Amino acid sequence: MKILFLSEHDNKKLQISNYHVLTAAQQLAGEIDVLVIGDHCETVVQAAQKLPSIHKVLVADAPEYAHQLAENSAELIASLAKEYQYIVASASAFGKNCLPRVAALLDLALVSDVVTIISPDTFERYIYAGNALTTVVINESIKILTIRQTAFSEAEPDKNEVAPVEMINTVFENKRTKFINQELTKNTRPELTAAKIIVSGGRGFKSAENFKLLEKLADQLGAAVGASRAAVDAGFAPNDYQVGQTGKVVAPDLYIAIGISGAIQHLAGMKDSKVIVAINSDPDAPIFAIADYGLVADLFDVLIEIEKFIKDKECN
Amino acid sequence: MKVLVTVKRVVDYTVPVRVKDDQTGVDTANVKMSMNPFDEIAVEEAIRLKEQGIAHEVIVVSIGLPVCQDTLRTALSMGADRAILVETDLDIQPLAAAKIFKAIALQESPQLIILGKQAIDSDHNQTGQMLAGLLNWPQATFISKLKVENNCVQVTREIEGGLETLLLQLPAVITTDLRLNKPRYLSLPQIMQAKKKPLQIMSASTLQLDLQPRLKIIKVVAPQKRRAGIKVSSVTELFDRLKNETQVW
Ligand SMILES: Cc1cc2nc3c(=O)[nH]c(=O)nc-3n(C[C@H](O)[C@H](O)[C@H](O)COP(=O)(O)OP(=O)(O)OC[C@H]3O[C@@H](n4cnc5c(N)ncnc54)[C@H](O)[C@@H]3O)c2cc1C
Repeated sequence: MKILFLSEHDNKKLQISNYHVLTAAQQLAGEIDVLVIGDHCETVVQAAQKLPSIHKVLVADAPEYAHQLAENSAELIASLAKEYQYIVASASAFGKNCLPRVAALLDLALVSDVVTIISPDTFERYIYAGNALTTVVINESIKILTIRQTAFSEAEPDKNEVAPVEMINTVFENKRTKFINQELTKNTRPELTAAKIIVSGGRGFKSAENFKLLEKLADQLGAAVGASRAAVDAGFAPNDYQVGQTGKVVAPDLYIAIGISGAIQHLAGMKDSKVIVAINSDPDAPIFAIADYGLVADLFDVLIEIEKFIKDKECN
Repeated sequence: MKVLVTVKRVVDYTVPVRVKDDQTGVDTANVKMSMNPFDEIAVEEAIRLKEQGIAHEVIVVSIGLPVCQDTLRTALSMGADRAILVETDLDIQPLAAAKIFKAIALQESPQLIILGKQAIDSDHNQTGQMLAGLLNWPQATFISKLKVENNCVQVTREIEGGLETLLLQLPAVITTDLRLNKPRYLSLPQIMQAKKKPLQIMSASTLQLDLQPRLKIIKVVAPQKRRAGIKVSSVTELFDRLKNETQVW
């Protein structure tokens, strides 16, 4: 059994998601080859070599792959596919963009957003914004899967083992898609999908100015900041903060939802958090139906009190 | 320029769905059905291109049972010019849908195909990418901005850490994210007008494609429910409880 694992990186470092997806790949019980597609991505390759219990690292390093666009990445992956029984990647914007295209080139179906590996051909995934859980059997000769990062624990890097590297020299061009630029949100806080604590804000904040209060709280708690769709649509927070059915799926130890009503689409992205706290002025807000601890209060008062509480604690 | 938009009829996003007792699926009898919200955004974008004089024709296509005509009529009311229903009672999964859309694209030769990034029922998020692959056209998924210039389309995508802007040569396939636009409300005259617009029905079997489902769904269950916890009366109580009752603080 051979598994091709498409790694996610920014040409400098491996994203944390890889360590989670690797845990899923290990459950498939086969020989894992990690594929690094990029440009000048030596440091990524070095990190990939230390991923635990992998067979080798395949490297396609060329200017044509600098932005990891789906068109030529998919051609490259499809050209390697015949040797494998599985192709896996994270169910992130990156994996979701690329792997379905690979599947189509190979005339294969794909299972998106896998949360459980039940057996080599049977998987669980959510449908209807997390309101139903399906068990899916796939009989394709090559099984292509995207993996929900939060459903699998993080594999530890292996300090002693260094997997060998194999260069791929075929370069697929991408003449019809041109990369213009990327505007990445500057963020010094923990990554949303990997954070232990998330404070998340909704429309209740009423303005982008007020939303800064949430960011301040996050910094005090060492937390990541999330947002509801309403908060993102209103411009309080950047798009990559959105938690939910169509945003990020998170599962921190502690999720504090502030001024968020708890629409199904939002819950789909956070209901697997270990402990959920909800702060909302409306006692009937649906978020309270899934919160472990609910505080019915005006969020602006609560934010002041939390700040004071934490300051007092630090002084003692 | 001709624009093709795909639309799917799904359970309305406000309906709390219920899993059937026999674990075969979700109960869709007597629940409100609507156009997939992402597809509505796709239709809206195409119509805006028409209003700007960039598109000269907007064609909408759906796959499924005869009732999907309702969804197509909604798209026609929004401003699409004509509609195609590819009729089938098969469970059409993403790869099969992509094959059907490819066949329609080859017949209609659009310059741009716009799809929703995912259908909110099966939540696959695959069909647009698969269609682009089958056609060997450039693709841009999860877009929040679009501008057509000459023979290209410039798009901004919502990606993991922020935004990415790409320039694609036409013909191309794009999939919409939530922030691309806000779909318009329908007026009665538009709804009346739409009744007269052409809606072509063809049977999926005439396309002679392999549409059989490749994913076998053997069980559908309700996920484990979280129970409501307790209400606390103050910030101090909240943090005390977090400290004493959980390991997370
Ligand atoms: C196709 C589709 C996909 C979607 N995907 C997502 C998604 O991925 N993620 C997502 O979040 N949503 C998503 N949505 C939107 C979702 O349906 C809700 O509209 C959204 O989550 C609401 O955000 P909110 O809770 O911030 O706003 P609201 O529902 O307006 O809630 C605001 C809350 O703030 C409270 N509040 C107001 N003032 C105060 C105050 N001073 N103090 C305390 N509380 C206060 C109110 O009581 C209220 O409960 C999607 C919708 C669709 C149709």
